[in-house]
Amino acid sequence: MSDNGGGTSGPRELTYLEAVREALIQEMRRDPTVFILGEDVGVYGGAFGVTRGMLEEFGPERIRDTPISEAAIAGAATGAALMGMRPVMEIMFMDFLTISMNQLVNQAAKMRFMFGGKASIPLVCRAPAGSGTGAAAQHSQSLEAWFVHTPGIKVVAPSTPADVKGLLVASIRDNNPVIFMEHKLLYRMKGPVSEDLYSVPLAEADVKREGRDLTIIAYSIMVPRALEAAEQLATEGIEVEVVDPRTLNPLDTETMVRSVCKTGRVLIVHEAPVTGGVGAELAAVIADSEAFDYLDAPIRRLAGRNVPIPYNRTLEAAAVPQVKDIVSAARALALEGR
Amino acid sequence: METAERTDVKEVSVLADQTRDLLEALGHEKLAWMLQKMCETRHFEEKAEELYIRGLVHGTMHLSIGMEASPIGSVAALEPEDLIIHHHRGHGHSIAKGADITIMMAEFLGKEPGYCRGRGGSMHIADLPGGNLGATGVVASGIPTAVGIALALQMQRSDQVLLSFFGDGATNLGEFHESLNMASVWNLPVVFICDNNQYGMSMAVQRAMNIDRISTRAVSYGIPGQSVDGNDVLAVYQAVRAAVERARRGEGPSLVDNITYRWRGHSKSDRNLYRTQSEIDNWRARCPILRFREVLLSEGVMSEDEVEAIDLAAKATIDRAAEAASTMPEPDPENMEDEVYAP
Repeated sequence: MSDNGGGTSGPRELTYLEAVREALIQEMRRDPTVFILGEDVGVYGGAFGVTRGMLEEFGPERIRDTPISEAAIAGAATGAALMGMRPVMEIMFMDFLTISMNQLVNQAAKMRFMFGGKASIPLVCRAPAGSGTGAAAQHSQSLEAWFVHTPGIKVVAPSTPADVKGLLVASIRDNNPVIFMEHKLLYRMKGPVSEDLYSVPLAEADVKREGRDLTIIAYSIMVPRALEAAEQLATEGIEVEVVDPRTLNPLDTETMVRSVCKTGRVLIVHEAPVTGGVGAELAAVIADSEAFDYLDAPIRRLAGRNVPIPYNRTLEAAAVPQVKDIVSAARALALEGR
Repeated sequence: METAERTDVKEVSVLADQTRDLLEALGHEKLAWMLQKMCETRHFEEKAEELYIRGLVHGTMHLSIGMEASPIGSVAALEPEDLIIHHHRGHGHSIAKGADITIMMAEFLGKEPGYCRGRGGSMHIADLPGGNLGATGVVASGIPTAVGIALALQMQRSDQVLLSFFGDGATNLGEFHESLNMASVWNLPVVFICDNNQYGMSMAVQRAMNIDRISTRAVSYGIPGQSVDGNDVLAVYQAVRAAVERARRGEGPSLVDNITYRWRGHSKSDRNLYRTQSEIDNWRARCPILRFREVLLSEGVMSEDEVEAIDLAAKATIDRAAEAASTMPEPDPENMEDEVYAP
């Protein structure tokens, strides 16, 4: 697999989905306390096929099919983590975390603090998120803001195959509850991924593209869209820097602030509805920082409209930022006040 | 719908003529321990109430006075290395599981040396090394977590057993249903115990469900269920012991419904508008501690003096703990964020 088989031997490529699976497999081989539980993760291989083939290697105890019981799945993960296991719970769609909220927010997030720092809950909750699949309002949400707002929980939203593998490994090894957002449209994205077992530290942003005129802060699916927009804008002479925070809580504010100090302009892009979204927090972080003095234009947000995700293809696409929207917003911001 | 007043639970008592055998099997030392823990719980809560009335307690509390047989009879059925997870009305559970009363009182008063360093309070007392995996304040929220604890025990090939305590109100939540089903499907080493005090705040069990006995719910999970005279500590012990042994043999979970009654209100806001004084008086007459004392005396297990000495010693323990805890240091707000995330 490391060799393309053709004349040119380049770095191995995996899809985002395969990278998630590889992280799970390598961590489960390394650490016997890691196990997976969720709906249809066994023979079926998970609703999106992430755990396909894993039952054969690890057996039904560690690739654990559950009844459709999202509260009990989250509770089972929380309790097992309290006992020193490292459960990775798969929730079929991030939307279904509404049913798990009591366990995640009132139990997993709180137990360490309310027991005086004497417990730890090393669980990972893998949550396929986002729109674009025609699944309508109850299977398309991006609920990261709820969790970012909950002290005791970490939130990770990777945008590339290489990141998703390393960040999942780091999340499994982290001693806290981690909500791990996987965008469904990213599952088929290909990219170079090392075969080695490696981790990408949480709370470290990554500059995905350097540029001098404007910073776009984007995460998850909005990173490839922002990069595509940046390519288009480059043809117009606008050089965009794309910063991916990767972890939404805790935030690497330093990398973002440094970029905005350099460019003097920042556009924050995410898929979730704009009101009360993570973009509001990012904007406040920048406004509160030394980057404020470097701003040549107001901080701008481009995010999902304040609507449930619609079914119709045209409506669905119009509900969240697309490449063309990022291009227009970034172009306008780059020219603003010039 | 006609609702009968439910004050007579004799038909669910499992004891009858087995008392003597049970006392013999338990032995003097264990019986004295059970009485001691019941008395400590009663005095702890009376002291808690007193401190509250004197304005010395900042937060809320939920008293289980009148319910002591359920946690203590249940925990008495465990081995020392076994585990519990419980709920907001959990002073008796913590005491039964061996909590240091002074550290517990310190937590109640919000002091730094308390079990949770003053971050948890009455509703969240936990002693992880002691097998007390904590009290949770949202009704039913400990039950799904219990599934995970028991799952870990099973995966770790441990022979420990977990008791998961909750109230009657919790059995109307979806989390109860999901969890008992999952625990049954996975055959987990957990005993689900309902401290059924017959009211979810003001909501009477008769108004909240159309079944006579909460243990009936076990049928839908394919697990054993039993309702017990929850003011008879020996009956509670006997029922929970059987369930614990079953769980330890790998035969899966059970549901035990200990029917009891809380004498005090739900919490400090309660004005007792939803029940009659005569109902409360009827239950006070069935005080679980007095009943246990009477059995111990009438069966010749203990003398009047011995029983009295246990009670006095318990009261002295609580008084000393309250005094010691009251002078302990307050936590420092400076580094409050340090406990939010594990390193």
